[in-house]
Amino acid sequence: MSDPTSNHIADILARYEQPILEEWLREQSAALSARRDLISDADLRRQSAEFLALFTPACRSGSLTDITAPEWQQSCNFLGDVSRSRATQGFSPSETATFVFSLKQPFFFHLRQELGTDAATLAEEMWSATVLLDKLGLYTTEVHQKAREQVIKRQQAEMLELSTPVVKLWDGIIAMPLIGTLDSGRANIMMENLLQSIVDTGSGIAIVDITGVPTVDTLVAQYLLKTVSAARLMGAECIISGIRPQIAQTMVQLGVEFGTVVTKASLADALAYAFRQIGCSVARQTPRA
Amino acid sequence: MIFTKSKTLALRSEEEIVLVRQATRSWMVEQRFTLVAQTKMMTATSELARNAVVYGGGGSARLELLEESGRVGIRVQIEDRGPGIADLEQAMTDHFTSGQGLGLGLGGSKRLVDEFEIWSEPGKGTRVSITWWK
Repeated sequence: MSDPTSNHIADILARYEQPILEEWLREQSAALSARRDLISDADLRRQSAEFLALFTPACRSGSLTDITAPEWQQSCNFLGDVSRSRATQGFSPSETATFVFSLKQPFFFHLRQELGTDAATLAEEMWSATVLLDKLGLYTTEVHQKAREQVIKRQQAEMLELSTPVVKLWDGIIAMPLIGTLDSGRANIMMENLLQSIVDTGSGIAIVDITGVPTVDTLVAQYLLKTVSAARLMGAECIISGIRPQIAQTMVQLGVEFGTVVTKASLADALAYAFRQIGCSVARQTPRA
Repeated sequence: MIFTKSKTLALRSEEEIVLVRQATRSWMVEQRFTLVAQTKMMTATSELARNAVVYGGGGSARLELLEESGRVGIRVQIEDRGPGIADLEQAMTDHFTSGQGLGLGLGGSKRLVDEFEIWSEPGKGTRVSITWWK
């Protein structure tokens, strides 16, 4: 599609590239004054110049209304990279969008100078330039948000890994302290980690401590029972410890039965039990007479 | 009965079950309910909220702080627009489940709280109300 107005915009961009760049940089510096620590002047200048170098030919070659068109791909890719890097640097979405939106003022200034006498063309050009820059600005916001979501997803995945550590307490005894809410995702990782550690350490006794689990409902109980059964199938005995008084009362009223599973009030009790099971005894050193 | 305050929360995902549970807990901590009361109410809320998400396809939870002749109470109403329950008596029976669970959620919740009411209509949805008086 050949847009008859597109040439004005491209011409002005090409003719005044340097002054537009300078004024644009000033605008950005003013808008981002609080963010000077996150991005250096040199980086800002390099990014701005690079964007203008891609933006101008795209304006000349293509449609000004459809940024999904192939001629806009390079500009969009570049903006995407800028947005993603700013998102991870900690810029807010509006600070990121400022990159594009702050181009309006210098650009419009030169448009007005060039077309000042021709009000109809000026209005038309301003309109198409506004629509275009708004679209590009919103695109940066979209990319920014997606990048943030990815950061959150990665952190969630990292937390899942971190939150179910298996520790070796003694030769043949491992423990897994659980902290926080047990949902299906965490429960699966918990079971996997525990079973793998039973194999890796050749442990005969595994203690699952639920002191740090605020709510033990039927679903959590079901996960625990499944983990115990799976450990048993592998020849290990599983002890559940950290059953606080209020949890015990709740379990009884809910009607959850732990059956033959060994449960203990504290991790210390569970460890004492485990020592007895493996034939170890802990004795206090008697002071010499 | 006076409604001191109320709040409605959406209930669509596993994360939102946690949010409803935490809201219930923070209100009960604020009103100095005992730890046992908090734990039981949170557990019952968790059961019912999970039912609404898993079997009811999501819904909402309404928290209410009540006062009656000097007694403070907390009520949680969980509502969904799911398939409903045709046979309530069967659903309340221990170890009955239409899914993969232990089948203790509804009956267990009833035993955990002071007041338990359930309304359900096949094809329209289910509403459960639980109350704990201090």
